[in-house]
Amino acid sequence: MQTPKTRLNFLFSSTKGLILVAIALIGIVTAVWGMLSGPMAEIGVREVVVKLLGMDMLQAEREGRIIILYHAIAMAVVAIETYMITSLLAMKPLFKTMIRALITVGYILTMIFGLGFAYFGHTWPFHGLYIAGLTLIFFAGVLLTISLWPWNKEYYQLDKAYARTRSGVNLERVAFFATALTTVISALFGAIPGSLFGNGFNVFLAENIIRYPEKTTLEYSVIGHLHIMLALIAIMITLIIGRWLNFKGILHKIAMPLMILGTIVLNLGVWGVVTPLEPIAHMIIYVGATPSMLAALFLLIWSWNKLIRDGTANIPKPKFGQKINALLRDPLKFGPTWQMLFMNFTTSGIGIFMAVKLDEIFRVWPAREERIELTGHWHVLSAIIATIILLYYGNMIGLKGRLRQLYGWGIIVLSDIAFAAVTIFEMKRLFITEAEQQPLVNTLMYLMDFGLAMLLVILAAVMVWRLTDLLKTRGRWTEEIDHELSKEVV
Amino acid sequence: MKHILPTISLLAVLLVSCTAVNLNAPLPTYVTGVDPDTWAQIPSGEFYYGQHNEIASTDTYEIMVTDVTTTQYADFLNEALAAGYIRIDGDQVLGFYPGDEFRGVKHEERIDAGDWIFVPLNDPSQRIQFDGTIFTAQPGYEIHPMTMVSWFGAWGYCGYYDYRLPAEMEWEKAARGIDTRPLPWGDEILRTNANFYASRDPFEDMHSYGSRTTPVGFYNGNSYDGYITLDSASPYGLYDMAGNVWQWAGDVYEGTHYRFMRGGSKDNYDMDLRLWVRNNATPTYFSPGVGFRCTR
Repeated sequence: MQTPKTRLNFLFSSTKGLILVAIALIGIVTAVWGMLSGPMAEIGVREVVVKLLGMDMLQAEREGRIIILYHAIAMAVVAIETYMITSLLAMKPLFKTMIRALITVGYILTMIFGLGFAYFGHTWPFHGLYIAGLTLIFFAGVLLTISLWPWNKEYYQLDKAYARTRSGVNLERVAFFATALTTVISALFGAIPGSLFGNGFNVFLAENIIRYPEKTTLEYSVIGHLHIMLALIAIMITLIIGRWLNFKGILHKIAMPLMILGTIVLNLGVWGVVTPLEPIAHMIIYVGATPSMLAALFLLIWSWNKLIRDGTANIPKPKFGQKINALLRDPLKFGPTWQMLFMNFTTSGIGIFMAVKLDEIFRVWPAREERIELTGHWHVLSAIIATIILLYYGNMIGLKGRLRQLYGWGIIVLSDIAFAAVTIFEMKRLFITEAEQQPLVNTLMYLMDFGLAMLLVILAAVMVWRLTDLLKTRGRWTEEIDHELSKEVV
Repeated sequence: MKHILPTISLLAVLLVSCTAVNLNAPLPTYVTGVDPDTWAQIPSGEFYYGQHNEIASTDTYEIMVTDVTTTQYADFLNEALAAGYIRIDGDQVLGFYPGDEFRGVKHEERIDAGDWIFVPLNDPSQRIQFDGTIFTAQPGYEIHPMTMVSWFGAWGYCGYYDYRLPAEMEWEKAARGIDTRPLPWGDEILRTNANFYASRDPFEDMHSYGSRTTPVGFYNGNSYDGYITLDSASPYGLYDMAGNVWQWAGDVYEGTHYRFMRGGSKDNYDMDLRLWVRNNATPTYFSPGVGFRCTR
């Protein structure tokens, strides 16, 4: 007989249970808060939701609300990545327990009391609990960094198929360590100016001050913070996927030093925006981003090659079509790296194009147009990271056969339709005038909403299944309670 | 075939969505009763400025109660052309601007003394018509705000009559009064307060041409064929200080060639109609969603 206590143990102490709770909470927040803006606001859904839930949304406080909303969702994503890291990588059990306890309490406090404060009247103790949640997450990050210390001989890499130093230091672990360390430092990069702006209620959104010729040091810090945190979350998920797929061989040996170098240089560039290095900070950031992206490319090449090799192992001389079939056979293993590639069309490519043509094209347009590109491309990047997590999660919960195909391809196709629509929306001024854009805008909005809504429907279906499973005495959750991701490395 | 069907369907949808829009679709004609030739006096003194309510102050000044209309601008063009204040070059109206000091700041571009574009002619969105001799307002748009006008064109209009474009502070005080309201009429916005994106006013068709301008002073509490508006004047009696069209401000800031706009437009969500929200563009930029008013 499984008691409620056992179920709570699954949800709040097992890797897969913790990830399930965080995904469910993000799903609920995304579904509800997604109805407060864009086309949902246009057709009047926002008004109904606000009334139904008793939200208190003053026009004057929009920026503050949005900043808290971003943090509420982002902290849950950081928690998911932390659960994955603590399950994939070897570390002392005490560290693992402490990190998970801190980050779980932290992100739940941040989400519940942050949103409670921001959207349901300003109950000030809620704000205190929101800050307390962020603080706990910070300390979880510090502990994670310590636990990942790669120069402990216990964690040396003995297998020469993986990136390692001559003495055996595991370079993949160094990459995890460097990313965790720089994430903790970059969190301070937001927390310190946040104390000034937040406590003085001088909140602002970075995209609104982009063209001001002079910015204060603290404004630069906030802009740097939001960029680097998202980049680090992206780097971390790349490392996680690499570990899950058991990335190794020559490409691993090239990729890991690149990842370490890229992460450090990228951070130095971002931190440089508040130093005399500011005029060349962007150049340093480009220099840092390049090796990181190359490392991701090597992961992609290696993983696609492996999928093809594994899928054609029984065919003496596989033809092109057979290789493609093998590549696409398992959407959950193909999907994460495909999404990384797709990111180049929707995020990196757009970013590079904008940087190259900034003064010639984008800065000729009004600032509000540029804002669409800025907010659009990082929303897409965030959502791509979310889809990669969902694809990995689909594998974790053991989806098989047709269900695996439907879940995997559903996420890939629906999200990519939405992301492509967002990208065309961002760039629409290149090929259509303001006066003539409405039909195109409508179509793109429908595609975006269709893609994202259907993706949420898939997620909802999985969550309902997990909920009903949890009610069963011998549900799948009883098997998952002891599963560790390190045992499921491909 | 079944594999390429989704792609073909998607392309078909995109192609359909790129169908031409009738920019001269018929529009309702309403008299708002608000006279575009009236000015409001703004007293000197302190007021709350910007999103973070900093204390600022202005001297006394007058500001137009409405945006400059297409009729007013057409009249200006006729007078200015006759006086040699402007000239026509191809499909553009040009006028002289004395230039700005260039400081070489990153992204800053030179604005030298010379002739700059005031308004484009023959643009499908232009509501001013020119028959080779006379400028007139397009029928139906006579009391709509003048749009498709660059910052130079707005600056030139005000300067021609010895007026000037309002500084951002002047604009905001005129819109906000002396309290901390985020919108000219108060704290919250309804669809009948202002012309914004998908606000469902009688001039809008979101399936075709989208949002269009409303006549100046439209949101004054009147009913138009059953469409009842709320009186949305600012504390000093100005109309359309939120929504309808962005309004050029007169400030020329050091180290940047960008010119700033205030008020949000028919093409923005309600959040951009808040009084401290700023937009900016190069001074040569013009759009169906940008107009102006003058101060003196």
